[in-house]
Amino acid sequence: MTLPTSPPTSTPRLQAVGVRVRARLETVDLTVGAGEVHALVGPNGSGKSTLLAVLAGDLVPDAGTVAIDGQAVTQRDARTWARRRAVLAQETPMAFPFTVRDVVAWGRLPWRGTPQQADDDTIIASVIDEQGLSDVLGRPVTSLSGGERARVHLARVLAQRAPVLLLDEADAALDLAGQAHLDDAVRRRRDAGDAIVIVGHDIGRLAAVADSATLLARGRVVAQGSADDTLRAETLTQAYGVSVSTAMAQGRRIYWSGE
Amino acid sequence: MSSGGGRTIIVLVALLLLLLAGAAAALFVGAAETSAVIISEIRAPRIALTLLIGAGLGVSGALLQGSLRNPLADPGIIGVSASAALGAVVIVALGAAYSSTLAAIGAVIAGLAGMWLVTWISRSASGRTEVVTLVLAGVAVTAFAASILTVVVAVSDSAGARATTFWTTGSLALATWPGVWSTLPFVIAGLIIAVIVVRSLDVMSLGDSAAWAAGVDVDQTRRLALAAAVLLVAAGVAVVGVIAFVGLVVPHAVRLLIGPRHGPLLIGSALAGALLLLIADTIARTIVTPVELPLGVVTAIIGAPIFILLLRRTRAAQGGWA
Repeated sequence: MTLPTSPPTSTPRLQAVGVRVRARLETVDLTVGAGEVHALVGPNGSGKSTLLAVLAGDLVPDAGTVAIDGQAVTQRDARTWARRRAVLAQETPMAFPFTVRDVVAWGRLPWRGTPQQADDDTIIASVIDEQGLSDVLGRPVTSLSGGERARVHLARVLAQRAPVLLLDEADAALDLAGQAHLDDAVRRRRDAGDAIVIVGHDIGRLAAVADSATLLARGRVVAQGSADDTLRAETLTQAYGVSVSTAMAQGRRIYWSGE
Repeated sequence: MSSGGGRTIIVLVALLLLLLAGAAAALFVGAAETSAVIISEIRAPRIALTLLIGAGLGVSGALLQGSLRNPLADPGIIGVSASAALGAVVIVALGAAYSSTLAAIGAVIAGLAGMWLVTWISRSASGRTEVVTLVLAGVAVTAFAASILTVVVAVSDSAGARATTFWTTGSLALATWPGVWSTLPFVIAGLIIAVIVVRSLDVMSLGDSAAWAAGVDVDQTRRLALAAAVLLVAAGVAVVGVIAFVGLVVPHAVRLLIGPRHGPLLIGSALAGALLLLIADTIARTIVTPVELPLGVVTAIIGAPIFILLLRRTRAAQGGWA
């Protein structure tokens, strides 16, 4: 006998309550459970990068709290945050030509001096394999192509093995292979039980990978809930101020704007 | 990993051997008549001070470049050296002995004040320090400190302050054992702090936001690195004046030889800085005897072409800096 699938009763992995940032964000709540992918969508300047910065602990909100696994993260301690959430920025320009091997290994630094340090080698080897970086390990990151660099930093962030993963790809120029690669990585971490938030503009792709979504416009929540309910033509039209249409093609929803 | 690690060790050992051989040679190279007193009381302290200050300049440059993510950072550029010189001149003008611990303390305090000033000027509303603004502020602080220094020297009755006209050009001609002892503790303190921040400096290469997200306390690391950079050069400035180019060139050369990791980089920069200054000073005092060239001129003549060469090679190999 199997029990009916119930929503997770445990505390959510990532929970933001009443987050407000003056002039940029008006009282946003957000909950992402274990094994859930949440899309953060909205026009430029809608406040999604601000919200992501608050979730990352990079920006202290004027009001509201962020809790990870039920624990409010209040102090601005870099190491504590780094064990709870990993952040992939749109772009990470390197100041010096460190090798791919070095940069990926930095992902494990938050765990130095903890029992988890014993897993360093296994985790580094697995993310290098997943991201297909074995052939460029000794190369300086600064000498790689844009797509390769993105994979290096994705591998570094995945090596952090934080239960919350925040990905900002709002302006990233990922090619088709890069998109597929990132989506694979996101699904793997989702299946491993991470809570994942993705900020982006490619709504069709996000709708395909996300379970839930928040649609922001001018610092306010326009719609929030399941990805299907949130990312509809009407809500998107309202948020973006242009006519947005959608249709199904081979089981996936596609979106376009204008007439 | 093994080949890179092996290469690093070979380069560091080679630098150390060159340095030891160079120091031994410098002790006995010079005028034909060399007495034991000349060696022990004139050349030995001069060589000891050269090694100390060269190592301090090299490590200081590496710390600044790493913590500011700026390949062009140097204790001279961000205003530390000029501020330290001003601090030393003021203390000497007030009556303290040249090469005294008091003058060194004055240089360190003024160097820290200059560092605080440029970081305060360049601090943005979000509390982060902006690199480009910091370098520009350093240029302004350097110009201001050098001008005040000239005024202090001009109005001072102190023979010590007036005699030390090398403040802005740099010379080891007045090196004595007291100069070595007044510099040493500050260099040791700077090296200890450098060891504390060395691992975080690597990750700082990602930029403030990404490094913080990766678990590095960016502001604290930078504060400590900048303080160490001051300690490493300021006390030396009080004894020998401002020496250009060593802090800028040495970390670049070492980075090209053994890579950007700050652990080996700081060790290599200490060795290579000491070696470069030793060579430069030996040239300065021997090449046109009995006249002695200003050391700063020699470091620039050696440093600038190497810097240009390294810049071109690195750019070609890595497809640019950014």
